[in-house]
Amino acid sequence: MGWTRKDLLGLEELSREELELILSTAESFKEVSTREIKKVPALRGKTVVNLFYEPSTRTRVSFEVAAKRLSADVINIATETSSVKKGETLIDTGRNIEALKADIIVVRHNCSGAAVILSRHVGLSVVNAGDGWHEHPTQALLDIFTLQEKLGRLEGLKVSIVGDIAHSRVARSNIWGLIKLGARVTVCAPKMLIPPGIEEMQVSVTDDIDLALKDADAVNVLRMQFERDGETAFPRQLEYFKEFGITQERLRKAKKDIIVMHPGPINRGIEMSSAVADGANSVILEQVTNGIAVRMAVLFLVAQANEQIKNHEDLN
Amino acid sequence: MKEKARILDKDALNRVLTRIAHEIVEKNKGVENLCLVGIRNRGVYLAQRLAGCIKNIEGKNVATGALDITLYRDDLALASGQPLVRKTEIDFDINGRNLVLVDDVLYTGRTARAALDALVDFGRPKSIQLAVLVDRGHRELPIRADYAGKNIPTSKDETVEVRLQETDGLDEVIIVEKN
Repeated sequence: MGWTRKDLLGLEELSREELELILSTAESFKEVSTREIKKVPALRGKTVVNLFYEPSTRTRVSFEVAAKRLSADVINIATETSSVKKGETLIDTGRNIEALKADIIVVRHNCSGAAVILSRHVGLSVVNAGDGWHEHPTQALLDIFTLQEKLGRLEGLKVSIVGDIAHSRVARSNIWGLIKLGARVTVCAPKMLIPPGIEEMQVSVTDDIDLALKDADAVNVLRMQFERDGETAFPRQLEYFKEFGITQERLRKAKKDIIVMHPGPINRGIEMSSAVADGANSVILEQVTNGIAVRMAVLFLVAQANEQIKNHEDLN
Repeated sequence: MKEKARILDKDALNRVLTRIAHEIVEKNKGVENLCLVGIRNRGVYLAQRLAGCIKNIEGKNVATGALDITLYRDDLALASGQPLVRKTEIDFDINGRNLVLVDDVLYTGRTARAALDALVDFGRPKSIQLAVLVDRGHRELPIRADYAGKNIPTSKDETVEVRLQETDGLDEVIIVEKN
């Protein structure tokens, strides 16, 4: 089975086979970054535009490195310094990028659904690098890739996701992906950060961190965004760490080899202690390395599919 | 698809590999500094078998790797179906070595061209030689094989199918006619 989508908008719409294809392609791409010359000519002559409406360093840099290792040309647009400031709409910006004869737009936007809307109005490939609270498919794919690499399988794995589930596109994409691939997912958060109806996504829900860690093969710890809270942030951070923070002490009650993941950037002493972040169970930096391979695979697959779609249109 | 002729059966295929192994050893004056790299998919298994034959002859192991050339193809955009990207596994240094590239069929030469580009990204071998089980002609690039198991004149309406125990459950080479 091949990849036929010109875009990667989210994991909700993908089949199990499509997810597995991305993961196996990423496995092949991982080797490229171990070479002396870390570059292959697969996307030579293609242009990738990173269009970021939200501040992001790691995701943007990861996409940029991935595109460059495929020999694509990369253009970064940060909207604070662009004509978006002058009121240009997302669709107009997209059409202008298309008129520049770019091939792929990687878009990060604070509104849920932005990538979907953009993809409907442009013929080039759109890769969702995070839209509002909706999805962040490549982050979830790299989390899942890391799990599979570490544990050798996904089927039957017990994965707990801890943190602000309600406002997390990372959580949503992870849930879609993991459930389709046969894993069992538990979400754990203070009650007010659990979105209503989450059970419909076939996950278990708890607000007891020790319960979430018990029997789990892996725990994915989300970033808490206390910066929104202003003056009240500090006491709330302490309280959160006390109730939900991952510590060595809590891990001692979990499986010995439990895998600890975090999409970054970490708030040390809030979501987890430094000892855990730097400890033997942590795969946080491996996630960063795997992110390159996963994004290379995604850029390659959508570019290839779009070429074939266009060729097909030319023939007809 | 209609089978037109059977070129090699199991025994004949083994004899051909044994001969190529002898030629490789002869041309390189032993196996010092020699390594084999098979092109995915079937070239990898042929390279492993050649390494086995060489071990029988010289009593020494030859480093063997696998190369996937998908990312170096010049026809990714063509609507010929999507090739899967598979793993490249060359876990030895190719710098300064005599490297024998192994593939099942040599046809247009475009796969060999892509493989040469890929190898250059891994280092600078002293020499690169090409070994193929079948050379069927119709080259589109200035590329030739240093070792060929069989030279088979074919028409472009035919395809050469190499089947190996490891991938297909039996060893044979046949010519089939496209409909």
